[in-house]
Amino acid sequence: MPSSQLLVDLTKISIEFDNRKILQAVDLSLNAGEIVTLVGPNGSGKSTLLKILLGLVRPDAGTIWRRQGLTIGYLPQRLTIDPVMPLTVDRLMKLTRASKDIDEVLLEVNAAHLKDTPVARLSGGELQRVLLARALLREPDLLVLDEPTQGVDFTGEIDLYELIARIRDTRGCGVLIVSHDLHLVMSSTDQVICLNHHVCCSGAPEAVQRNPAYLDLFGPRAAQGLAVYTHAHDHDHDMRGDVVATDGHFHSHTH
Amino acid sequence: MTSIDDFFWFALFGGLGVAMTTGPLGCFVVWRRMAYFGDSLAHSALIGVALGLALSIDTTFGVLIACIAVAVAITLLQDQQRLATDTLLGILAHSSLAIGLVAVSFLDNVRIDLMAYLFGDILAINGTDLVWVYGGGTVALAGLAYIWRPLLALSIHADIAHAEGVPVRATRLAFTLLLAIVIAIAMKIVGVLLIVSMLIIPAATARRFAQSPEQMAVLAAISGAIAVGGGLTASLHWNTPSGPSIVTAAFVLFLLANVVGLIFKRV
Repeated sequence: MPSSQLLVDLTKISIEFDNRKILQAVDLSLNAGEIVTLVGPNGSGKSTLLKILLGLVRPDAGTIWRRQGLTIGYLPQRLTIDPVMPLTVDRLMKLTRASKDIDEVLLEVNAAHLKDTPVARLSGGELQRVLLARALLREPDLLVLDEPTQGVDFTGEIDLYELIARIRDTRGCGVLIVSHDLHLVMSSTDQVICLNHHVCCSGAPEAVQRNPAYLDLFGPRAAQGLAVYTHAHDHDHDMRGDVVATDGHFHSHTH
Repeated sequence: MTSIDDFFWFALFGGLGVAMTTGPLGCFVVWRRMAYFGDSLAHSALIGVALGLALSIDTTFGVLIACIAVAVAITLLQDQQRLATDTLLGILAHSSLAIGLVAVSFLDNVRIDLMAYLFGDILAINGTDLVWVYGGGTVALAGLAYIWRPLLALSIHADIAHAEGVPVRATRLAFTLLLAIVIAIAMKIVGVLLIVSMLIIPAATARRFAQSPEQMAVLAAISGAIAVGGGLTASLHWNTPSGPSIVTAAFVLFLLANVVGLIFKRV
C-alpha cells in the first residue's frame, strides 16, 4: 500500500480504566478510499479505540499518527438531540461554520427535503443522514462512524451502508465504521478488524467470517448472520442447520 | 409616595438587568441540563457572603470568589468516577448551604438579614448594586456572545464538537465563570435559594415559542423581564416578599405559555 494514501496509523495502543484492560496493543491503520469495519461484542473497546483515534481520549501506551491536516468527520453512537433545543436541520448544518454547500450535501444524502425540519422531529435514519451530511460539509479525509445504524430500521440500515459506500466512491475518503453486525456491512467493507480488547483477527470480510477466533467471539448468532449472507451469494453446506434457523426466524415473524 | 416610587424604580431597573442576563445564560443551563450544577453554585454564594463580611470586602465580590471556587471544585471532582455527578452536586449544594449558614452565624458582631440573602431583597437595591448588576451583566452577556458558537456546538454534542476542534475544556470553563458572575448578581434579586429558577423558568417558557437557539435566548430575557415587572408590582400591591413574587410570576408565565402552546397545537 502506498504510504501517501495512509490517513491514520495507530500502533500498540493500550488503555485501562479502573484496572480493567480495555485495549491491549491494538494496531489500526487506514488508507484513503478504504472502508474498514471494526466489529466486536459490547464492551470490547471499539468506541474507546475510536475516541483514541479522534483524539478525545489519550491512551496509556502506543503511538498515534495522523496525516498532517487530516480532517475527520465523526458520527457518534446514539446521538439524540434534546427537544428543548430549538434547532432546524439548516441551523444544525451551520453550527460551527457558515457554508453555502448545505443544499448540495443534503441532496447527496437524500435529505434535501428535511432542511427546515426541527432536528428533534427527525427519525433515527433521517438524523444519521443529516449528521452524515454535516460531516461531509467539512470535506473530510476520513469519516468515522460509531454504530451508525442504531435506531434505524432494517431497510434504513441497508440504505445507509449503501450511501456510505457511495460517498467513499465519489469522494475517495477513508471510512472507519464500528458495527456489531458484520453481515450487514460486509458487502461494502474492504477490511474487517475483529476486536475484543485485542485484535482477534483481521482481513477481508470473507476471511474474517471463517476465522475461528471470529466465530468463537460471536458464537451461533454470527454463524446465523454468515448463513443469511452466504446463502444469498454462494452456497456452502455447513449452513444447513442455519437455513432451518432462518426459516424459523421468518416463521416467528408471521405471528 | 415619591420615596416608594424611588425604590420601586431602582428595584425594577435592577431586576430587569438581572433578567436580561439570566435569560440567555439560563437557556444553556436548560440545554446542558445544568440546573443542579447551578444550584450548587448558588448555594455556595452564602459562604461568599460570610467571606465578604469576615474580610470586610464587598459581599458580591465574596460571592463571586466562592462561586468560582466551587465551580472549579466540581469540575475537578467530576473527573473521578466513584460518585455519580448528581450525588456529587447534591453533596456540594447542601453542604455549601449548610456551611454558609454556620459561617454566617459566627459573625455575630455583624448584623445581617439572613432572609434577604436567602430570598433576595430587591427593594433594598442601591446604586452600587446597580453598578454590579449592569457591569456584571454586560461582562456576562459579552462573554456569552463570544463563546456562543463553540458553546452551542458543545451543548448539542460534546464529542462531535471536540472532534471538530472546538476547545471543549476552555469553553466549558468560560461558561462556568459566566454562570458564577450571574449568580453573584442575581442573588440580590431573588436570593440564594431561588436563583436557579430565574435561570431555568424563563428559558423553559421561551422554548414554547422559539424556532432557533438565538430566539430562545432573546425570548427568555423578555419573559424574565415580564416576570420581574409583574412580580414586583404584585409584591407592592399585596405586600408579598419580592423575590418569591418574581419567581411566582415567572412560573405563571410558564404555565400560560404552555396553555397557549397547547391551544395553538390543537387548532
